[in-house]
Amino acid sequence: MPINKGLMNLQVIKNYLVLVVFALFSSLQMPIFASNHAENNANHEAEHETKEKFKPGKMIMEHIKNSYDWHIMDINHHPISIPLPIITYHSQDGMVAFLSSKLEHGHADYKGYKLVYNDSESRYRLVRVDGTTFTDLSMTKNAFALIFASILLLVIMLSVAKGYTKRKGKAPKGIQSFMEPLILFIRDEVAKPSIGKSYEKFLPFLLTIFFFIFINNLLGLVPLFPGGANVTGNIAVTLVLAVFTFLITTFSGKKDYWKHIFLPDVPVWMYILMIPIEILGMILKPFVLMLRLFANITAGHIIILGFFSLIFIFGEMSQGVGMGVGVFSVVFTVFMSVLELLVAFLQAYVFTLLSALYFGMAVEEHHHAEEHH
Amino acid sequence: MDLVTPEFSLVIWMLISFSILVFILGKFAWKPILNALKERENSIESALQSAEEAKAEMSKLKSDNESLIQEARLERDNMLKEARAMKDNIIAEAKKAAEEESAKMIQRANEEINKSKMAAIGELKSQVAGIAIDISEKLLNKELKSSEEQERLIQQHIQDFESKQSASLN
Repeated sequence: MPINKGLMNLQVIKNYLVLVVFALFSSLQMPIFASNHAENNANHEAEHETKEKFKPGKMIMEHIKNSYDWHIMDINHHPISIPLPIITYHSQDGMVAFLSSKLEHGHADYKGYKLVYNDSESRYRLVRVDGTTFTDLSMTKNAFALIFASILLLVIMLSVAKGYTKRKGKAPKGIQSFMEPLILFIRDEVAKPSIGKSYEKFLPFLLTIFFFIFINNLLGLVPLFPGGANVTGNIAVTLVLAVFTFLITTFSGKKDYWKHIFLPDVPVWMYILMIPIEILGMILKPFVLMLRLFANITAGHIIILGFFSLIFIFGEMSQGVGMGVGVFSVVFTVFMSVLELLVAFLQAYVFTLLSALYFGMAVEEHHHAEEHH
Repeated sequence: MDLVTPEFSLVIWMLISFSILVFILGKFAWKPILNALKERENSIESALQSAEEAKAEMSKLKSDNESLIQEARLERDNMLKEARAMKDNIIAEAKKAAEEESAKMIQRANEEINKSKMAAIGELKSQVAGIAIDISEKLLNKELKSSEEQERLIQQHIQDFESKQSASLN
């Protein structure tokens, strides 16, 4: 597949860029982090009053991590954000739900809960004032973003489906003609060759993960409100996706799949080595799926934010330099954003393709097993 | 490290919303879309196949037509040949009949001519005889007294003349 090779090369270039930017920032942010560690939360408020130095590491981490509200911008060090519902369960207080604006970014507590800024994590954590443990079920920024993306996907796909039932047998029209090549691509280039005969059973799931990852990746590149959240770059989201793939693989495993794991074609004394390796491989495959998507999308967000941070880092030195660097940063950010568009598709494709390959392994039946060995 | 620690709340939200998404999309989006796509592909395939069949049929018809045309042409040639032969025949026959008829007519005309010639000769003979008698009467009136004797003499002369005449005619 030559197109994949090209994309992989771009990936390599991107990974280099991530490295370079990371190296740049680690030198800049380490002393800041160190000083932050030394200070405690009481000093945090005092910092607000004095003119704060721009901390790219903090800004980037705050952006790519989950939070209890949707931060839009700061005006005079006062954050403007959209509050999101906090839902918790405590063994004594029971289920509690309220908007995160009640907690005023850590300045107030409400119903026994408060937000505490964790400097090493660069994010707010919800804790109980009395220090007891509780179950957090809040609809956080990423939860909201993924629900928004799901609804958007539902609206799009149901309207596409309506187009097919309404104008039966006719050529696709409008959004239908945009989605059809993608659907056919997943069916003909991913599902059919990787799974084989029984591909139809897995197709709905494969299409769902492909479009879910793709739409979330794309929304992640949009810097305005409903987009910009690092959904597919969050380990919890990729974990659930990988678990789905793992469960479907395991439950659709045919006789040959289990035979390959527990009765491999090796001398019996090798079983002591082979069976643990095979079982590890079973778990490792979805684990790698989870990490790949998470790392790629997070890296994409980091590098774009990194280029923007350059403007402010140099802007603090002198305005002229900041403006000069700004031109360079914008050019690179545009380049990276275009690259990320490719990555958005590529990662959705890779996740779907690998899932399809695992399903294919699970349902494969070796008719010629004896001839091969 | 918290970057790679899955958050419990997000896992729950993701699990619920993704399950619902898989269910609804699977039932109300992918099923009709994939069915419609398959149906359309089948209809296109059958249309192509029927087009191919029609093409084969057409070429068969074409070759049939050609052989028909060939046959018709052959028949026409035959008919023309026959007609030409018939025409020649008719002309020849007509010519023959005309020739026969004309020969017959000529013969008849000849006969007629002969007949009328003979009649004319006969008449002429009797007239000449009359005239000769008249002349000889006038001449003999003086020499011959009895007319019986005269008649006998004349008759004798005529017979002589007649035999001389027929001998000369033949």
